[in-house]
Amino acid sequence: MTESITIRGKLRYQLAVNVAGRLTLAFRRRRNERKTARPGWSRDVLAPPLKLSARMKELMSRHYLGGRYANGAKKVAWVTSGAPIEILKALGFYILYPENHAALCGARRKTVEIASEAENAGYSRDICSYARTDIGAVLSGKTPVGRLPRPDVLLACTNICQTVLYWYRVLADYFKVPLILIDTPFIYEEAHAHDVAYVKRQLEDMIPAAEKIAGKKLSFKRLKEVVRFSREASFLWLEVLDRAKHRPSPITAFDGFIHMAPIVDLRGEPVVIDLYRQLLKEIDVRISKGIGAVKHEKKRLLWDNLPIWFKLRKMAQTFAGYGANVVAATYTYAWGELAPMMDETRPLESAAQTYLHPLLNQGTGHKLESMQKMVREFSLDGVVLHSDRSCKPYSLGQIDQRDYFVNHAGIPALLLEADHNDPRSYSDQQAENRIAAFMEILEDSSNAD
Amino acid sequence: MKALAALGIDVGSSTCKIVGVDESGELIWHLLEQADPRAEDQVQRFLKAAEQKFGPLKAVPFVATGYGRKLVKDAAKNITEISCHAKGVYHELQKPGTLVDIGGQDSKVIVIGAGGRVVDFAMNDKCAAGTGRFLENTAGRLHVPLEALGKTALSADREETISSTCTVFAESEIISLVAHGVAVEPILKGLHRSLVSRIVAMIRSVGLVSPLMLSGGVARNEAMRKLLEEETGEKVHLPQYPQLMGAYGAALIGLKNG
Repeated sequence: MTESITIRGKLRYQLAVNVAGRLTLAFRRRRNERKTARPGWSRDVLAPPLKLSARMKELMSRHYLGGRYANGAKKVAWVTSGAPIEILKALGFYILYPENHAALCGARRKTVEIASEAENAGYSRDICSYARTDIGAVLSGKTPVGRLPRPDVLLACTNICQTVLYWYRVLADYFKVPLILIDTPFIYEEAHAHDVAYVKRQLEDMIPAAEKIAGKKLSFKRLKEVVRFSREASFLWLEVLDRAKHRPSPITAFDGFIHMAPIVDLRGEPVVIDLYRQLLKEIDVRISKGIGAVKHEKKRLLWDNLPIWFKLRKMAQTFAGYGANVVAATYTYAWGELAPMMDETRPLESAAQTYLHPLLNQGTGHKLESMQKMVREFSLDGVVLHSDRSCKPYSLGQIDQRDYFVNHAGIPALLLEADHNDPRSYSDQQAENRIAAFMEILEDSSNAD
Repeated sequence: MKALAALGIDVGSSTCKIVGVDESGELIWHLLEQADPRAEDQVQRFLKAAEQKFGPLKAVPFVATGYGRKLVKDAAKNITEISCHAKGVYHELQKPGTLVDIGGQDSKVIVIGAGGRVVDFAMNDKCAAGTGRFLENTAGRLHVPLEALGKTALSADREETISSTCTVFAESEIISLVAHGVAVEPILKGLHRSLVSRIVAMIRSVGLVSPLMLSGGVARNEAMRKLLEEETGEKVHLPQYPQLMGAYGAALIGLKNG
């Protein structure tokens, strides 16, 4: 059962989100901006947090506040992280990303409590911890953001994994709402014309279904504008990440993990462009002053796979403690590298191209090539491969990728077993021990040079 | 008595070891005890024993390793057991190669390069079935003393398959075999085979560089050595004190950094 849009609902949304919410969140942001220290922040090894974090937090809080009051004011879509959202955005949907919400639960250390709700209902612990967190939140209503809006439609795209297919079927069954599925054929070497045509056709088919739920016609003019905003934001995001090529790097991959939320959740909105422009300015000031995100940067590393959301700061500090900056990550890069494929003049065809090409929809050889390129371009000394118990498609091939770096490229590489969201699959002591041994190898290899 | 030049201490999960070396890096003294839950007290006791033997330790470099290394506050340095085992074994056997270290809590495969440098490592710290604890548990269940475990296993003329991939379930599998009247020896041989096959998978993941070497408490078990040789086709080289290699390596690092 979906909720109709009413004047009362719209009014409530305006008052709660755009008036009261805006003022309160702006006040909180100003208070955060004035704070010079954060509890638990190791200032001896890390530069102070980026000032723009306060602004980003305000933006994301407003997004989730919008979700809280969305039902009755806007149509709501729940989507997978790699879903082609531009059509929904152009039709005025409020878009919720359960994966981002799950990551938020992870960062706030709420996963075990929420995922247990799904496990108690019979969902195996072998299922992705994002899926368990989301299903647990749906079943129990538990969330750190107050309330999640009920969806009117679900959009799942198989370009990140096959789990989403079954996960979204669970959601469709629970909420009794339509599920739009975009099937993206796996790319072994390169996308064929018929692959692009096949995805494009699905996007065309999606339009009338989405229009019916939205209760309005899609304006192609508006769609083109959304694609332009998406493209511009993605390019800026790429620029932000590329600034890490400077030595010392003004940012860490952990800064990237934190600041990627808008490019995932809000792409297609001009506010993201504005945010990343400001972020670039702040980073450029750091570069001009020679400020490194890790004080005394001695080693530069690559991170592969999702982050360990519940240990973000701990990881940043542990590596920084050895004078190592994890400057680049395949995961954050994945949100920028497809930018050149977006084309507002061919919105559907270019969307088909773009959404066929995420890292996880391509062969493991492609990922290795991307990693090799990053090692070269970012002048990296070592590679950390997070073997993520939850994300099987991302972790597949890591043994061979590690083997390549260690035995063929002479670059030390560490396999770190953990989980992006479930602290029960992670041990501090064991992770610290492996990292310590890895850092000793790096140290030794530079002494041997 | 040779003069003490450096000390190394390995605070492991099952045992705690201290090793003293002389100027040339020769192992001249050691102590080994079951790990005390109050590791700090045990370390103090060890240091006192060293003091009694060699006099004041003030000028003696002292490096800590093992899972409890951070508890050793007096140590000049703490280094992971991966680097220390590599250093210790390399110094004794004088060759690069692949070192398998099976400890109480985890097992590791370490590729050692020139000079005892760690080139790569793989570690099993997620599952007890690849560790010494796996043997310890089942030895207890079968009432076979730990020291006789290897010999008993090797005396079997056939072998039972232990298919459970988990220490606890393997234990129930063994109980069930015993209940079916199967003798202890073939069960033990199967048990060793199961542990060795896990280690071999880990060796393959980093790639075997000859020679194959073994350290850690489990190295004393002759069935492990024999089966490891069978499974890899490589001769297994053993240091004189496999269990002390972590502490020995730590002492050598202390000696070098003086």
